[in-house]
Amino acid sequence: MAKIKLTKVPFNGTASQEAELRKKLAVTKNMSGGLMPSLQQAQEIYGYLPIEVQTIIADELNVSLEEVFGIATFYSQFTLNPQGKYQIAVCIGTACYVKGAGDILDRLAELLKIKSGDCTEDGKFSLLGTRCIGCCGLAPVLTVNADVYGKVGKADMERVLSNYKKD
Amino acid sequence: MAEINKCLDKTDFMKKQYRVALQNSGVINPENIDEYIAYDGYQALAKALTELTPQQVVDTIKDSGLRGRGGGGFPTGTKWQFALNQKNDTKFVCCNADEGDPGAFMDRSILEGDPHCLIEAMTIAGYAIGAKQGYVYIRAEYPVAVKRLQIAITQAKKYGFLGKNIFGSKHCFDLEIRLGSGAFVCGEETALMTSIEGNRGEPRVRPPFPAVKGLFGKPTVLNNVETFANIPPILLKGAKWLQGMGTEKSKGTKVFALGGKINNTGLVEIAMGTTLRTVIDEIGGGIPDGKKFKAAQTGGPSGGCIPAQHLDVPIDYDNLIALGSMMGSGGLIVMDEDNCMVDIAKFFLDFTKEESCGKCTPCRVGTTRLLEYLEKITEGKATMKDLDDMEALCEYIKDASLCGLGQTAPNPVLSTLKYFREEYEAHVKDNTCPAGICKSLLSYVVNDKCIGCTLCKRKCPVDAITGAVKEKHFIDMQKCIKCGVCMDICKFKAIDKK
Repeated sequence: MAKIKLTKVPFNGTASQEAELRKKLAVTKNMSGGLMPSLQQAQEIYGYLPIEVQTIIADELNVSLEEVFGIATFYSQFTLNPQGKYQIAVCIGTACYVKGAGDILDRLAELLKIKSGDCTEDGKFSLLGTRCIGCCGLAPVLTVNADVYGKVGKADMERVLSNYKKD
Repeated sequence: MAEINKCLDKTDFMKKQYRVALQNSGVINPENIDEYIAYDGYQALAKALTELTPQQVVDTIKDSGLRGRGGGGFPTGTKWQFALNQKNDTKFVCCNADEGDPGAFMDRSILEGDPHCLIEAMTIAGYAIGAKQGYVYIRAEYPVAVKRLQIAITQAKKYGFLGKNIFGSKHCFDLEIRLGSGAFVCGEETALMTSIEGNRGEPRVRPPFPAVKGLFGKPTVLNNVETFANIPPILLKGAKWLQGMGTEKSKGTKVFALGGKINNTGLVEIAMGTTLRTVIDEIGGGIPDGKKFKAAQTGGPSGGCIPAQHLDVPIDYDNLIALGSMMGSGGLIVMDEDNCMVDIAKFFLDFTKEESCGKCTPCRVGTTRLLEYLEKITEGKATMKDLDDMEALCEYIKDASLCGLGQTAPNPVLSTLKYFREEYEAHVKDNTCPAGICKSLLSYVVNDKCIGCTLCKRKCPVDAITGAVKEKHFIDMQKCIKCGVCMDICKFKAIDKK
């Protein structure tokens, strides 16, 4: 497992976000095995799981913070760092990989000047090599938030990014 | 609709297929329970609850010879019998829909195209073993599948196919969806249960097996989506019907996700015993751009690569294992001459290293060391002794790991070493990558077609290219990062990759 990187961006969760979270936790804390659903709900509200949010969960579910942290870092869907406004996920499943997904990821990293797993300084783009998203017929495929780009090549990457650079 | 189906059936892609698990996918509207019912939906559940005893249901599944479609190939009926035999008021039925194998998407297709089929099968399983609660553990990466399954569960409850006293019987059954959060190891049955319990998805030592002590410490049956999709048709058509398809030890059909360097990609459901050649050449329509077939990869990160000389072997559980691969969940990735087999092995080890949960040392440290060997080889820094040491390490990891992830992690390395050893040796002895993939061993050279247009010079991200206008350019290999941009943009094919 890679070394855990923690964000330096200060936490700016709002009171309404916290109220929403506590409301959701009131349900999940009574589920058997409710810790994972709790973290999933929290990530949906905040977009990531900073230590402040993990503390709320530990508090509400009456488990140790260490246990919450252990789960938040075990599963690859959970992120401890804020994600970009546009989250670029390049599928590196086998079908995409044999058709050059590795080169696409390299090209995006080069264009955005960040590594896979990081976010640009302006908070606009984050880049991730993701697990198979299950549309191998479109290989190689990448998603930007909910937009799907199939059968792309590394030469297409400037065009893909330009769709999001304007705003 | 019927006419469209008829035409489809005549295409090369469809005519050799036989659809059981996928019979309704793409045919019915998955968000409409009435359409499922019109296609004999919930008939098998009615039959089980009103005509058969739990033991008779289990016997039918046992007689059919159905084996787990998630990879292991364990006889489904036997698994159900173990759980039925347990005396316990609380038992569970779980469905593994955490399709983690990169390159496989049949479970997604069934969940999205025929979610009621899963609900029906799990309710039958609940009746057969005496469970009142079921869990579907599904990947968070499949939002549409989650949504459609949720709609289907709501509809089934409204129609009384889930809930109390189903079909007027004493059987009560409820279903809950639990989302996975991206951990490949959760495809292992004990890890999946640990994850539903809300913990880090680490596998447990077996025995006790889940049928004895599974989810929340209770007897549990866990099957894969595709396995469940086979249950209703077996109950409706009888055990003999499934037995009539397949090979001696593998009955029925298997869905493969055909992908990679192949003309027709998609889900392919074939009778067991069909050859890989039929799947690749006839159903898949061969390799694009006139390239030469090199290997077919089955079983994902737990499987191996099957070379051209074994394409005529009939596909079943045992034959694939004998070839050093495995059925796995059914990913079937085709590779051509442009794919480097060492690089593919490295790709899979990179995956298993990341996904190793870290509980047992042979897997946690072993996969890391194995990846280091492969990196050394692809960088041209390895010796022949490294190859032998790496092979020995593979055997240690196989023998000593706790769960299936570690026990099968070396398969991609072992199978490529077995069939493509000369490619490994080329990397080690000659410092070349025959397929031209491993960047450290490549060099880009300008040939005499160069007219000095300076396009590549301007586009090179690291200023490694020099040369005046209308003069042949030169690439400084000390500076070159081998990104390949120059070769891609050159209009005169003046750059060679060696």
